[in-house]
Amino acid sequence: MSPLFTGRAGFALVIAAGVIVTIALPLIDGMFGLVQATVFIAMAVLALSLGFIWGFGGIMCFGQSAFFGLGGYAYAIAAIDFGGSSWAVLLAIAVPAAFAAMLGYFMFYGRISDAYMGVITLTVAVILYNVMNSTSGSQYHIGAAELGGFNGMPSVPPINLPGDPSAALSPLQFFILSMILLMAVYTGLRLLLASRFGRVLVAIRENETRAMLLGYDPRFYKLVAFAIGGGIAGLSGCLFTNWGGFISPTAFSLAQSAQIIIFVLLGGIGTLLGPIMGAVAIEYLITLTGTQHRFDANLILGVILLGFVLLVPQGVVPAIAAQLARVIPARRRAGASSQTVTAP
Amino acid sequence: MALLGLILFNIINGIAVLVLISIGLAVIYGMMRIINLAHGEFLMLGAYATVLSTNAGVNLWVSILIVSPIVVGLFGLLVERCIIRFLYGRLIDTMLATWGLSLFMIGGITTLFGTTVEGVSAPLGAFNIGPYHASLYSVFSIAVAAAMLGGVWSVLRFTKFGLIVRATMQNPPMAAALGVAPNRIYMLTFALGAALTGLAGGVLAPVAGVAPGMGAAYIAKAFITVIGGGAAIVTGSGLASALFGTIDQIVTFQTTPVIGQVALLIAAIIMIRILPQGITGRFFRRSL
Repeated sequence: MSPLFTGRAGFALVIAAGVIVTIALPLIDGMFGLVQATVFIAMAVLALSLGFIWGFGGIMCFGQSAFFGLGGYAYAIAAIDFGGSSWAVLLAIAVPAAFAAMLGYFMFYGRISDAYMGVITLTVAVILYNVMNSTSGSQYHIGAAELGGFNGMPSVPPINLPGDPSAALSPLQFFILSMILLMAVYTGLRLLLASRFGRVLVAIRENETRAMLLGYDPRFYKLVAFAIGGGIAGLSGCLFTNWGGFISPTAFSLAQSAQIIIFVLLGGIGTLLGPIMGAVAIEYLITLTGTQHRFDANLILGVILLGFVLLVPQGVVPAIAAQLARVIPARRRAGASSQTVTAP
Repeated sequence: MALLGLILFNIINGIAVLVLISIGLAVIYGMMRIINLAHGEFLMLGAYATVLSTNAGVNLWVSILIVSPIVVGLFGLLVERCIIRFLYGRLIDTMLATWGLSLFMIGGITTLFGTTVEGVSAPLGAFNIGPYHASLYSVFSIAVAAAMLGGVWSVLRFTKFGLIVRATMQNPPMAAALGVAPNRIYMLTFALGAALTGLAGGVLAPVAGVAPGMGAAYIAKAFITVIGGGAAIVTGSGLASALFGTIDQIVTFQTTPVIGQVALLIAAIIMIRILPQGITGRFFRRSL
């Protein structure tokens, strides 16, 4: 892959673009557009979580929606029970991360192959979907929060300033917060990948046996990466729940998992910018298809997924980067993510 | 005593449903090492074929036993030629492509027929186990499941086609050197697996809610059964169905169907952890 998006200059460029969007979008877009942009950002965070574990950890997770949904439910339950959002946000990250660590221990230390890992993660998401679907009725509650079964949990308290439940954020403030969190997650992952941990993780993706022979324990590194990915997906679930004030079992659905994979595949495996772009593009496309009734959104998503697997398996951002690299000669290669991406 | 009989009947029926929904997938996975994530939608297509042709005036039994397998078999042939054959040897890419296919099929059926379709009701009525009623149609689906297992086993064991298929599965280059075209065998195997899935969809149509998204209800169970069964197609999916079906029905009897399904899936995950190669990866290794 070209170093265009990976070097320090590329990083500065991405963050600058993020800051510009944060400042400019509220000025040019109305409230409706801003609220819609906020859900795009939540999805971009979700895409980053899978982009990280799949693209850099080589972990095939077909059920990333499990952590997304857990984050959303953890936030909703905690926000209702504690009456404020501070603990709720922390729990929305900690619960999915802990769950991912548990599941990851089971899978990585069981040395389950890629394909089975896909099927197991998918099955876990289906289990959670079934369980949450069956919790209708007032006997299913955690504290004061009724789980609501198929109908989900409505009127979840919005996020507020830490320690002051009455100071809920306005849509504009929530948009800015979401953008800041997206940039923070992106920066955090960049730093992580540039660290020793990140380099070992990529080494394991490239050749697990070799990394093991060099004395690294692939199981441990994958486990930590998987837990981090789970936490980020949980954060995204928290943002999503805040956005609509609502969470339902659909968050765990297979369609949701498929969408996350499409985000990453479209944007490009082995990049961090790609999944963000992929999420925004697909979400925008789904919004467009929602306004017409000739074709079902699933039909279009299916065609996109099929087309990309068959024709552009490396994704859009790497494909464009490769084209640009031919025009702009590469001066230096740097960064943990500049290794070539092998097809998983 | 009658209650015990009823529970036993439910267990056998639960096992039969698992066999029905997983045998087509087992053929495709066992022979070609391809995980077809559109499997649930193949079932859905089979159910639609039965419902639509019955509503168009075709006899229900003809729809189930002939129309559904042919329609889905031909569709499978098309899918293999247009998509799968470009992806042999790339397991993850096949999973992703068939996932795309699954979304495409859900979207396509929704676009064509809407989100609901007028179903067909289960024929044959009921019979009595002591004071309890049990559906005679379940007996039919148990018979079909048994026939499918027996049929696949006989084809693999006794026919020339079965011999060639097994040889191709074991060693494709050697089979090719002996004059077999592996690509043709893969194509036929995929179509056969799809046809079996279509038949299963047809059998399920009168008892399941037929809708574009119905495949999602079966997919996890089908996978877990095939993977739990391991390499041997018939023995593996038969044994795994028996194990998981029993767990499902016993827990369902004690609690609710949802908890039963959850117990099934959890048991399966634990089993994969203990036996990563499936039941037949450890026991009955030389079976089919």
